[in-house]
Amino acid sequence: MVDIKVLGPGCKRCQTTEEMVKAAAEELGLDASVEKVTDYAEIARYGIASTPGIVIDGKVVHAGGLPKEDDLRRWLKG
Amino acid sequence: MNTLATSFGQLRKSQGSWFAGLAIAIALWFAIYRQLLPFARWLVAQLPIAPGSHLAASVEFFFYDTPKVLMLLALVVFAMGVVRSFFSPGRTRALLAGKREGLGNIAAAHLGIVTPFCSCSAVPLFVGFVSAGVPLGVTFSFLIAAPMVNEVALGLLFALVGWKVALTYLAFGLSVAIVSGWVIGRLHLEHWLEPWVREVRAGEVDLESDHLSWIDRFEAGWEAVKEIVGKVWYWIIAGIAAGALIHGYVPAELLSSIMGADAWWSVPAAVLLGIPMYSNAAGIIPVIEALIGKGAAIGTVLAFMMSVIALSFPEMIILRKVLSMRLIAVFIAVVGSGILAVGFLFNALFS
Repeated sequence: MVDIKVLGPGCKRCQTTEEMVKAAAEELGLDASVEKVTDYAEIARYGIASTPGIVIDGKVVHAGGLPKEDDLRRWLKG
Repeated sequence: MNTLATSFGQLRKSQGSWFAGLAIAIALWFAIYRQLLPFARWLVAQLPIAPGSHLAASVEFFFYDTPKVLMLLALVVFAMGVVRSFFSPGRTRALLAGKREGLGNIAAAHLGIVTPFCSCSAVPLFVGFVSAGVPLGVTFSFLIAAPMVNEVALGLLFALVGWKVALTYLAFGLSVAIVSGWVIGRLHLEHWLEPWVREVRAGEVDLESDHLSWIDRFEAGWEAVKEIVGKVWYWIIAGIAAGALIHGYVPAELLSSIMGADAWWSVPAAVLLGIPMYSNAAGIIPVIEALIGKGAAIGTVLAFMMSVIALSFPEMIILRKVLSMRLIAVFIAVVGSGILAVGFLFNALFS
């Protein structure tokens, strides 16, 4: 079970990122739980300076802007 | 069909074709740009409007400025998108962490212009900076400069109104951001942050270093064009329509008596008027162009513009999540007086 968190207060980009993560996980056939984190204090605890951020199994892999499809697949596999 | 698509895909990935395509696009851009004024005149001549009338002046301004501003905007946004791919909030934070006030404020104000972040990132960015040891005043210099010296506004001012006004705007915005941040830092208001902000213990982030090729950077520029032009074009059309009305109908004597350098009260009035107004920086530029063309004083016009962009209610509401009301009041007071001071200064210098 892969634990994925998408960090972001709910702007357009954060929503798009969440959809991209879900689509990529499904495509790879991963058993994943995708959770959206919108609380500012919670987001800040991960130490990122810009949103949207992506956390996979507790590790921050991305911060700021939309992720690239290729990177996303690589992180999910890794 | 498939092979065609693949070879096009490979073409997109080749640096040479990007450079060649860019060169052709820029040549085309200039060729079209030079034809805009004759085309606008021709178009107005086709319409049943008396030549030389107020209406003709307004309509011509509109037909000429709309394609002109949109084309300039696309060029400026592309260039800035490429420049911004060299910076990221994470890298900027690392540069500013532990910097002393003074030099730190100067660096932060400059980095605020080139570091890309979307407005919904303002709160995570603020908390991320403060919890990483960037001093509060330095963080404010960054946060004030970022919206106030808008790179799109700067590029448009440069192209539409001239380099003197553009440089004035740059100097004006940087000084307000540096001095305001420094003053806020001197006041030692850390205890006025919302309690949870002070308590955040951020984890270490260790992102893989992003190695961007030139193709990635050009693509970032193109993405920026699609996103920003797609988002602001109606602001611009509205701004140009307002500018066209001013250009055609508002008498120059009226404007210079209200917004001229002799009317001292016009600067505070412009700042107050700007606070409840919220416009995109790109939309306000055509209005600025028309106002300056009619003899409004440059300090007054720039004060109005900065107040519209930098002191906006939506931004206050976002910042309320991390700042107490008292700190927001200090923020408005310090930035507002900064804008006032520089407005008076430029009216005195340029009149």
